[in-house]
Amino acid sequence: MTALSEMLVLTGRSMKHILRSPDTIITVCIMPIAMMLMFVYIFGGAIKSALPAGTNYVTYQLPGILLITVASGVAYTALRVFTDRQKGIFSRLHTMPISRGAALWAHVITSIVSNLVSVLVVIAVALLIGFRSSAGPLAWLGIIGMVLLFTLAMTWLAVIPGLTAKSAETAGAFSYPLIFLPFLSSAFAPTDTMPWAVRVFAEYQPVTPIVNSIRALLTNQPVGSNLWVALAWLIGISIVTFCIAVRLYRKAV
Amino acid sequence: MNANTSTVAGTTDRPAAIAIDDLHKAFGANQVLKGIDLKVHTGEIFALLGSNGAGKTTTINICTGLLKPDRGRVAICGFDVARQADQVRRVISLTGQFAAVDDILTGRENLELIARLRSVTDPKAIATALLKRFDLEDAADRRASTYSGGMNRRLDIAMSLIGTPQVIFLDEPTTGLDPESRLEVWRSVEELAAGGTTILLTTQYLDEAERLANRIAILHQGVIIACGTMAELKELLPQPKIEYVEKQPSLEDIFLAITAKEAK
Repeated sequence: MTALSEMLVLTGRSMKHILRSPDTIITVCIMPIAMMLMFVYIFGGAIKSALPAGTNYVTYQLPGILLITVASGVAYTALRVFTDRQKGIFSRLHTMPISRGAALWAHVITSIVSNLVSVLVVIAVALLIGFRSSAGPLAWLGIIGMVLLFTLAMTWLAVIPGLTAKSAETAGAFSYPLIFLPFLSSAFAPTDTMPWAVRVFAEYQPVTPIVNSIRALLTNQPVGSNLWVALAWLIGISIVTFCIAVRLYRKAV
Repeated sequence: MNANTSTVAGTTDRPAAIAIDDLHKAFGANQVLKGIDLKVHTGEIFALLGSNGAGKTTTINICTGLLKPDRGRVAICGFDVARQADQVRRVISLTGQFAAVDDILTGRENLELIARLRSVTDPKAIATALLKRFDLEDAADRRASTYSGGMNRRLDIAMSLIGTPQVIFLDEPTTGLDPESRLEVWRSVEELAAGGTTILLTTQYLDEAERLANRIAILHQGVIIACGTMAELKELLPQPKIEYVEKQPSLEDIFLAITAKEAK
């Protein structure tokens, strides 16, 4: 059996976990959908007055909501990795004549596929409440690529607590600050209305260029330097978290 | 009480299934293994007996390639664990301290998963045969999360048999099980050994070692302080005690006596 087919067999196994507990996808989707409804129907009216006339606020806040969806989804990735380590499933697999990386990559692929499903559910709800986009096929490709890259970076980040946490509760705790990051960014309100210190943080943290890039692509605006800053952040985070995760995985028994 | 009467006569000239040589391992300042030497012969059940923290799991983890020793080497069926990891993984199987069973999959799916990963020709047939052999047919298509502790362990051991490994490591196979389940697991282990598989099992239960093992090694504070058949171990007991106590000494008496002696 090749490393690729071993990985596919193990991916099939963890996809079964998700299909058999659909509540993981529902739980992951409900929180961002509730936030979206809150922003659109409660704060949206007020925030809109600070935005250029004619702005579709559902579309405006969607990139931030998508990032929140992924940030809460990867908590389950950490939990699945933690469970496999704690139950000795990694140990069993590591003493079998199969590729060592297969089990880890299976978790990464499962995370990407399941998060993509959650993102599609959230986009579907957004469409129902008035999300509209003038993006062409190429722009959509860019949006999907950006969301995928963000999911990949967050997945490798999630593997680290999955491999090091002492309990199931702490394995997923890293995702709370991640969920909070979009609030301190340009995701829901323009940064120039924020007090100085918050604004500086908002403008220099990775969520702002990612949100700005996706928003520009959705609304057919020029992406500008945001795209390169966003890509640099995402690729940088992916490489660093990947290296740490793989090192921890080699030592994990 | 059948296992402890069997002898190891004639096994010495056969190649060792497991050869452990001068094993040392420390975690930080904690010196867990301080020079372990052991030879397990092909086809025997060998018990590594010791209290919690004696270094049993560390020994198993080094033997199965999960941990690197600080010093010393282990050979499984003649293959060096450090340098020939691939060959070693083809001949061994590990049943760890906690049943490494996927709770969300059914018993059958757990078996088929391992069978597929081990590239067995007919995963479905293997799974069906093992479910029958380990008396799990009725629960075959229920999720493993609904299994009792004993059923989980049986499934775990069944998963370890796929691909017919020559050497099986069982790390505390009955810890945390109720007496009924312990008996079920004991029967599984005895059945395995009857098939000619070499088994190294660790246990903190003296009666378990006494019942299952051909030979027993007592691991205490990182060193092997006694090793031999039950008959050989009985001779280690100080003579005067036999005069006082009318019953035959149990392994428990021997264990407590020699660990106390070693502590001085």
